[in-house]
Amino acid sequence: MSKEPVAIVGVGQTKHVAARRDVSLAGLVREAAARALADAELTWADVDAVVIGKAPDFFEGVMMPELYLADALGAVGKPMLRVHTAGSVGGSTALVAANLVAARVHRTVLTLAFEKQSESNAMWGLSLPVPFQQPLLAGAGGFFAPHVRAYMRRTGAPDTIGSLVAYKDRRNALKNPWAHLHEHDITLEKVQASPMLWDPIRYSETCPSSDGACAMVLTDRAGADRAPRPAAWVHGGAMRSEPTLFAGKDFVSPRAGRDCAADVYRQAGITDPRRQIDAVEMYVPFSWYEPMWLENLGFAAEGEGWKLTEAGVTELDGDLPVNPSGGVLSTNPIGASGMIRFAEAALQVRGEAGAHQVDGARRALGHAYGGGAQFFSMWLVGAEPPAG
Amino acid sequence: MTPTPPPEILRAPLVVEFPFTRSLGPVQSAFLTGLRERTVLGVRTEGGRVLVPPVEYDPETAAELRELVEVAATGTVTTWAWNPEPRSGQPLDTPFAWALVRLDGADTALLHALDAPGPDAVRTGMRVRVRWAAERAGAITDIACFEPYGGDAEGGEPAPHSGEFDDPVTGIVAPARLDYTYSPGRAQTRYLQALSERRTVGERCPSCAKVYVPPRGACPTCGIATTDRVEVGPRGTVTTFCIVNIKAKNLDIEVPYVYAHIALDGAGLALHGRIGGIPYDQVRMGLRVEPVWSGDGRYPDHYRPTGEPDADYDTYKELL
Ligand SMILES: [Zn+2]
Repeated sequence: MSKEPVAIVGVGQTKHVAARRDVSLAGLVREAAARALADAELTWADVDAVVIGKAPDFFEGVMMPELYLADALGAVGKPMLRVHTAGSVGGSTALVAANLVAARVHRTVLTLAFEKQSESNAMWGLSLPVPFQQPLLAGAGGFFAPHVRAYMRRTGAPDTIGSLVAYKDRRNALKNPWAHLHEHDITLEKVQASPMLWDPIRYSETCPSSDGACAMVLTDRAGADRAPRPAAWVHGGAMRSEPTLFAGKDFVSPRAGRDCAADVYRQAGITDPRRQIDAVEMYVPFSWYEPMWLENLGFAAEGEGWKLTEAGVTELDGDLPVNPSGGVLSTNPIGASGMIRFAEAALQVRGEAGAHQVDGARRALGHAYGGGAQFFSMWLVGAEPPAG
Repeated sequence: MTPTPPPEILRAPLVVEFPFTRSLGPVQSAFLTGLRERTVLGVRTEGGRVLVPPVEYDPETAAELRELVEVAATGTVTTWAWNPEPRSGQPLDTPFAWALVRLDGADTALLHALDAPGPDAVRTGMRVRVRWAAERAGAITDIACFEPYGGDAEGGEPAPHSGEFDDPVTGIVAPARLDYTYSPGRAQTRYLQALSERRTVGERCPSCAKVYVPPRGACPTCGIATTDRVEVGPRGTVTTFCIVNIKAKNLDIEVPYVYAHIALDGAGLALHGRIGGIPYDQVRMGLRVEPVWSGDGRYPDHYRPTGEPDADYDTYKELL
């Protein structure tokens, strides 16, 4: 028996900000979920199951928050699942929800991911002191910056590429009303003049810390037929993982990422991603990860990713726009960041992305990763239902 | 290597604690501010039931709930369990009952402590009342505990309440603390023991032959135990690095400094360390380094140049 086609018929986000002190965790997730239902013109009673994701519980200090959030998400009396795969969780949460529809376990599933970073300190949560171990010497950026240097060495990329990405994403964010950072006076010179925190990573090339949530309503073919607005259709989805550290790990282009993309393209019938995909929402927490992922995801040959960025190909009006929403560089409620990528890809092929709409986008890739390049999740969505 | 007797496995206390903050939202804000004012608020559901403590969303219909009502500070125990040994942070420091109390006017029960001389003095159905804390700040601890009460149920319906108070509490701090006993396990213990002799000893995977430093007792690629101990270093190569320009909290290192990945000679992957003994802006990929041990340190304090020619890129590019 073939799989049920999966449609995204509702998308909702909160306005992402540094601190949402006016709402509880329940109030935060409720806002995104209610907007997704409104987009789909559905009610709580139309939802058969809820799949929720977030990053480590330490980030807010509420253990198993999904238990307490069941009321807010209308999940009482229904199946509710929690997914956790570090920073990629928003993506893998959406894929678990999609698989429930594809397998005809449920017809309509609400999926949601969130983080309220202001309630704690993620850096603390990620660097708990462990007896007998040497303390971490460098902070979050210090974990990533050596890999960026390795990429530059491997490819000969000029050191201006990172600032081009940050300048592009922050300008794209100005067109996205939900984005956290709205730097109206941003210039390339300001990006390049910002302090070098972990050389080669500048302050302007790092992501913010945000409070926010993102939700989607996924449904089957019959549900899509009833939807008031165009649906996005899942053409392929996959997850891969590998250890955070092992002998032979390629931190610049992790194998799990390459394999995950290849699986998604095979499912979707993509043979030339650069030509066949119209928009990409990729998880870029530090600007240099754009050229790195362009290679890892097969949009450029090894060593060539930075040339796409430099040539303006990834700009909103380029022929492969990357992060038209402004991306993680402009909005980072950690647990939700992956789902925002998936949801923004869906908005693009639905033609519902507003001022950051990529003209004529028919196929878009949503990408998430997390846990020190340990987990990868991706989906490819299209404006038409999958063939067959 | 000659077999060495297994060392005593290391153990140490590990305390994880953090003062989490909570934004309360409108309903919990009214509830906790009410407690400060000796007022217990519940919320009415779409079906007409009164929930105490109140919630923001209807557990049955998912509707947003905002209709607050005031209930009595007296109620009935619906069930309980005796707590003979109170722990730090619990409401009372003498033995007490954990009780579910349905306050008069409420349809659901609130969990709190019940002060009673012993379990024989507690029964389901007994009447109790709130004992208010002398100092109240807008927290569940504003109810010090419940205490036995001889009176009957106070009659009447719960009274509508706007939930509005002067100077409302909008957030609380929720300190969390976990106490562990941590053990790094056999492989790390042996690694640390060798480090105390200023030797770096990894473990080789019998399948893929990669040497893990520090060892974890198993190869993450092959999934099999590593037992063959191999001394690596002391010299190594800087594979990549960053220059840290911002001072991290609780780290006593002057910035800027170089944080590097260092592949010790013979190791299958790089470990992380600080580079010293050279200006930070002269550190480069391929730099040959050696450890510098501090007086009583468990780890090398940092690594310094050996003076050898730089390693060729091809010799370490697979370790990036
Ligand atoms: Zn192995």
